[in-house]
Formats: sequence, C-alpha cells, structure tokens
Amino acid sequence: MIHIVDYGLGNLGSIQNMLSRLGVESLIAEDPAMLQDAQKIILPGVGTFDVGMNNLERLGWREVLDKKVQAEGAKILGICLGMQLMTKRSEEGTLPGLGWISAITKKFTFEATSSYKVPHMGWNIVQVAKESRILEQTNDEKRFYFVHSYYVELENKKETLGTTNFGGSFCSAFEVGNIIGVQFHPEKSHKFGMQLLRNFADN
Amino acid sequence: MLKSRIIPCLLLRDGGLTKTEKFKKGKYIGDPINAVRIFNDLAVDELIFLDIDASKHKVVPAYDVIRELTSECFMPFAYGGGISTAKQIEQILKIGVEKIVINKIALDNRDFVAEAVKQFGSSTIIVGIDVKKNFLGKYFVYDHVKTQTTNEQVIAYAKEIESLGAGEIFVNNVDRDGVCNGYDTTLISQVSKNVGIPVIACGGAATIEDFGAAVKSGASAAAAGSIFVYQGPHKAVLISYPNVADLEKVLK
Repeated sequence: MIHIVDYGLGNLGSIQNMLSRLGVESLIAEDPAMLQDAQKIILPGVGTFDVGMNNLERLGWREVLDKKVQAEGAKILGICLGMQLMTKRSEEGTLPGLGWISAITKKFTFEATSSYKVPHMGWNIVQVAKESRILEQTNDEKRFYFVHSYYVELENKKETLGTTNFGGSFCSAFEVGNIIGVQFHPEKSHKFGMQLLRNFADN
Repeated sequence: MLKSRIIPCLLLRDGGLTKTEKFKKGKYIGDPINAVRIFNDLAVDELIFLDIDASKHKVVPAYDVIRELTSECFMPFAYGGGISTAKQIEQILKIGVEKIVINKIALDNRDFVAEAVKQFGSSTIIVGIDVKKNFLGKYFVYDHVKTQTTNEQVIAYAKEIESLGAGEIFVNNVDRDGVCNGYDTTLISQVSKNVGIPVIACGGAATIEDFGAAVKSGASAAAAGSIFVYQGPHKAVLISYPNVADLEKVLK
C-alpha cells in the first residue's frame, strides 16, 4: 500500500492511475491522520516552494511526515516539487524546507542568448551515478519527462543516484536512506516511469 | 540534452477520433481511448487532443471523455477545445491533464490568457494559433469558429501571446493540415525567431524527415496527425509512431 500525500498541490490522479495500472494498491491521504500506518509514501508536487511548505505546515502534514520519515523510517518518494521540499531551502521562496536532506534548491540561470530555456521541459536522459533499486530499468537508456525551473544541489554528492544534462549536469535523483527524490515525473514517463514506481513499490 | 518532442495531435469530434484536411472534411478514424492505449505502448513523447467542434458549437469540454483519456494516458497530455472560463481549466487539470490549449478565447479576449497564466502557471498554458497565408505571402491568424481569416498578423500576435505569459505556442498552418506536403518551414522559422517560448509546429508532416526540418527551422516540438494515424497512399487507418533510434537520426 502506497500513501499519496494530498496537500493541495500535485497531480495525484496521474500517480494513482499509474499505480493502479501496475496493480499496486494506493490511497490518497487527504488528512495527516491517514498516514498513521503508512510505510511507503509519495510526496508529489506541482507548484511553488513557499505554497508547498505553507500547506505542509498549515494542514498539519509536517509534524506527521517528520515523525514517519525521520523517526519511523517510512520510505518516501518525493516527485518534482516534492523532492525540492525535502531540502533545507529554495531560491524560489523564503520559507525553510523540510530539511531532511543536506541540500538547497537552486534556480536554473542562463544568459538571455543561451539556447537553454527555462523551464527545463520535455524528455531527458537520467545518467546513473550510483547503482540503486529505484533506478533499475530493463531499458538501458533512462528517459523521463521533466518540467521545472529549479533543481536540487546536494552537499554530499555521494547521495546522487542520477544526473541529467541541461546546460550542465544537475542531480535528477537522490537517495538518502529511506528518502528518495526525483526531479522528473515518473507518472508521466510511461514505461520508464512505470518501472520506477514498480521498483519503489517492490523494494 | 533535452530531446525535441514529437507529438501526435489527435482531433475529437462527437467523442470519436477524426482527421481533417485543411480544417475540412473530417474522416472518422476510430475510438480515442483505444488510440491512447496504443500510443502508450508506443511510448510517445506527449499527446495533444483537440476537440475541433467544441468552440464552434459553444459546448463545454467533454469532461467524461477527457477523464477516460487521462486514465489511460501515462505521458504528458494537453487538451484543447471549447475552453472559455478559468473554472473549466481548473476542472480539466484536476482530472489529470497537464496542459491546456486555448485558441478561440485567446483571439477574442487577451486578458483571458494573462489570467489563465497567472492562475495555472505558464507551463500549463499553450496558445494555439491557426494560420493562413494570403496571396502576398503574408501570414494571418485564422478564426476556425468563424471560418475566416482575421486581420491579426501572425508574428505580432505570437509576440503578444508571449508577452501575456503563455508557456508555449502551437502553430498550425491550415492549408497544410492533412495534406502531407511538409511543414511550412518559413512560418515556423519566422515565429520561432520572434518569440523566446517553445514553438510547437503542426500541419503537413508526411515523413519523419519533416520533423527534422521543423526542428531545424526553430520549433521545439513537432506535432502531426496524419502521419501517426494513416499508412500508405490510400490512407488506411493504422496508428504508429517512429522508434527512438530513427527519430534521433532525423533530429540531429
């Protein structure tokens, strides 16, 4: 059973659709109390950092998530903004993040004349930095769909699972113990995303 | 490196899939849900669904159809057709659609574009621009509801749409629609040169080399209909999508 956190931001329907296609049971947790028995959690997110943190604090998610993830060791997968919220802070906002990971979230900046345009939107390759169960794929090439203007910069580069090139290499996936973050959208990355969510469900 | 997206653009009419020629005729080609399932298996980059009658008949978006489509769609999905209020956009996004294509309402009410961008974010809003070339070779915006060419010059309009905050522009040359004679690369290059936001080119693709031509002309993505739903000179209905290796060759 995977619990999907509904804190008012994110395409929960798409994630649940993909999980049910995989035959994985999931539940959309609309209230922090619903996480009581959760052992696997997905923290989705489409939106801005401060709105995300504000919702997590205001609706009582933060306290419960801190307890589940840090004290009880529940496995959690942060997607896109969900990944960024796990860091200490973001250049997108002023509120502190969840701070589970020694990392900050930075903005892509390119010269106006650059051919790189923000947001980084579309399909890109994830290069494996470290062997892991979560990024294990039957396909050699790992292609995922991205839409974001900010990225995570880890203090400890050894925590990087995967990197992606966009005017330079950035961390597109990390794993620190029970905490996993991915910058791309597995729920919109058809067979590649299905494999990833399958790995998260099985391991 | 970010890949150029190759996007099947599928047209809805009365809940069925249809394919037009120069925005006319319209041949029934099958069930949209079935098509989405096949496109999933073919691992396409993205899908665009446009309900081509909704604005014309002033009907609200067919939420049930959209819901069914999204439940089968495991890749980015854009919907357009019949959108005239922010409430409708909210409802469609809630169903699980990533992006919204607005066309007619943008032409009639520029404020709507700015409002939609403010409320739903720039990367959610694609503005569709249908284009006709006049006898002097100048490009004008075409109004598909009134079925007539407007006085809006395409470049000026595209720049205005960009300034309103839209995330992408979907440029479709009406006279290339369904005729498979290649993209209008002049149009693509003129628009791409004048705006900073991604341009999705549509209209005319016959071969995968055409995708390469669209991208070389400045498009960030190439959309097409016929090439993905027809096969052979007699246009037998067959859903297909080129494999990654072949695409990489032409997109280099």
